[in-house]
Amino acid sequence: MKRHLTTVCALALVLAAGGAAFAQKQATATNVKEIPFTSSGNFLKPPPGEYLGESVAVATNSKGHVFVYMRSANTRLWEFDQNGNFVREIGKGYYGFLFAHSVRVDPQDNIWTVDEGANMVTEFSPEGRVMMVLGRRPPAVAGAVATRTGPNPPAQKYIFCRPTDVGWDQQGNIFISDGYCNNRVVKYDKNGHFLAQAGSEKPGNGPGEFNLPHGLQVDHQGNVYVADRSNFRYQVLDNNLKPKAIYGNVGVGWTACVSEGPHQYLFASNSNPNGNPPGSWDITGEIYKMELDGTIIGRFGHAGKRVPGFQVVHMMDCRNPNSIITGEIESWRVQRLTLQPQTAKAASAQ
Amino acid sequence: MKRLLAALISTAALAGFPAIAQNAAPDIQFASAPNPLTMPDDIYLGEVGGVATNAQGDIFVYTRTGQPTVSLGGSRAFAHGGSRLFHFDRNGRYVGEIGKDSYGFMFANQVRIDPQNNIWVVDQMTSMVIEFDPTGRNVLLLLGRKPESINIPVRAGAAEGGPGGGPPGAGRPQDVFDRPTDVAWDNAGNIFVADGLGNARIAKFDKDGKFIKSWGQKGTAPGQFGNVRSIAVDAQGNVYAADGGNHRIQVFDNNGTFKTEYDNLGNPQALCLTAGANPVLYVSDSNPPNNIDTAGEIYKMGLDGKIMGKFGHAGKQLGEFGTVNAIDCRTPNQLYVGEVGNLRVQKITLR
Repeated sequence: MKRHLTTVCALALVLAAGGAAFAQKQATATNVKEIPFTSSGNFLKPPPGEYLGESVAVATNSKGHVFVYMRSANTRLWEFDQNGNFVREIGKGYYGFLFAHSVRVDPQDNIWTVDEGANMVTEFSPEGRVMMVLGRRPPAVAGAVATRTGPNPPAQKYIFCRPTDVGWDQQGNIFISDGYCNNRVVKYDKNGHFLAQAGSEKPGNGPGEFNLPHGLQVDHQGNVYVADRSNFRYQVLDNNLKPKAIYGNVGVGWTACVSEGPHQYLFASNSNPNGNPPGSWDITGEIYKMELDGTIIGRFGHAGKRVPGFQVVHMMDCRNPNSIITGEIESWRVQRLTLQPQTAKAASAQ
Repeated sequence: MKRLLAALISTAALAGFPAIAQNAAPDIQFASAPNPLTMPDDIYLGEVGGVATNAQGDIFVYTRTGQPTVSLGGSRAFAHGGSRLFHFDRNGRYVGEIGKDSYGFMFANQVRIDPQNNIWVVDQMTSMVIEFDPTGRNVLLLLGRKPESINIPVRAGAAEGGPGGGPPGAGRPQDVFDRPTDVAWDNAGNIFVADGLGNARIAKFDKDGKFIKSWGQKGTAPGQFGNVRSIAVDAQGNVYAADGGNHRIQVFDNNGTFKTEYDNLGNPQALCLTAGANPVLYVSDSNPPNNIDTAGEIYKMGLDGKIMGKFGHAGKQLGEFGTVNAIDCRTPNQLYVGEVGNLRVQKITLR
């Protein structure tokens, strides 16, 4: 009886683990130029006696201050100055903080957090006051709710299911990738009213469908770049969320970053899978620098536990395209990478 | 269901193998110093998972204390808190806390200090091994990853590192652990993780944390484990594993090839290997947490398996032991012993 049970459990576990354990793919792009870079190592200095946890989210504001939304015993949001000195904590004890996923800073320097435990997206003013919230935390009055299994329930306009990221176009419309248990991108106006969505609660691999949309960014023309993680691709949507292009040659679509300035670049991370299965360090971990049209300019970095290796880069800040800040899941650190400038002409191949 | 089965099995094991070791080791005289650690008024030790000293004699205690917590009102159930790492000077005076509010601290199992004085913590619930620098200020290396959430109700095997298609307890060939218990290093800096109470394997990594190999699975044959509760590595790189449940210590070479086993030490739960030219192994035949009328003695043993003596027994008074989970033996004949049952650390001087 016991043996039978064990076998059944083991089988179920293999099935459950299959996706996560082997969520790695070598990028198909070949002859990509290596971009030389140097790493600061972990350049942030937390308050005495405090530590970074899983540093899943990192962003800078216009002054170069660094915001880290991270998982320690509790999920917390810390602000550092441009030299990595601790400035303050924002949202201590805040209801919308439970399990960090993303932080982004909008053009007005407001700080937006995306929490995949509380299912909330929160806009903080530059001073750290709550300006607007999207989504709702599942009410605690329901008690300890059983872990859900089976198909996802239908997606709702104003409720998220483990949302992952947020971005804005020049008009202030809000775009949210949602997420682990919906599979969609949602567009709201600047006041938070629902406008449109691409995808649904169901995973899919056609154009405009997603399988774990894990991050997004919006360029100055209003195009939306979506890291379509479990489909191992990036999808580009127009401002009305109609599919425009697919970039499927840079490995897993873990996280996207679009730089500022007159000439914008797209950075895409082929992050190594959690748990570091054998061989994964040989074929994953690098970050690609691309033109917005998908032309690859170069790549940099590799998987590894110690600096300057990457341990599952979860998010990048690329406000300055030659100074990239990475937040890593499995090394609890934030690195600042200084890249040697590259131009499209230097790209040898796509 | 799984938990119930496990309980039944351990009961059967206790009934079948009285945990009294069958040998005639001489008794070693010893003394236990009262109040070896001075605690601040508002800090208490809980169950002591680990105790270790560094080269300066400073004492580090990794303990289950405070409140392990599950947050309500999430899309999943998130667990946090429940263990802390305290630092004392060589005289036992409290210095401070390391890893406050760490994501990796939930259920303390072990702390060890490597030859470079780095502080390594093994947490059974987050299934993580964490290396701090000697000051404790910076995290240098992480192995394993805390499961993002817990399942309600707990599903059998849900938190496990998983068999990866292999036999039960063999785990996956990567740094995913299931209730790891201990860590040790060879002279080349390779890292050995005892994994543990969910899995039943030993995992080997290079000094930069790259997975090399793992060996072991659930079972009773040579190279198999009931579980792995503690490990030590000698100067030649041999690995000593406390095979809880199978009432033995197994010895492997540096690549995991089985060499021999010692089965006359009761049910080993904590190991400590001394440094120097003539190393000895201290082995605790720890009593189960639900019984102080059996076992509890600590053995002093040569690496060849020859028992040199034993001391102590289970109990609650000073000089008695309550489910010892950790031994520090940096100083010859002076041990720090960490107890699960008595929420304390004892400083033991052997005569």
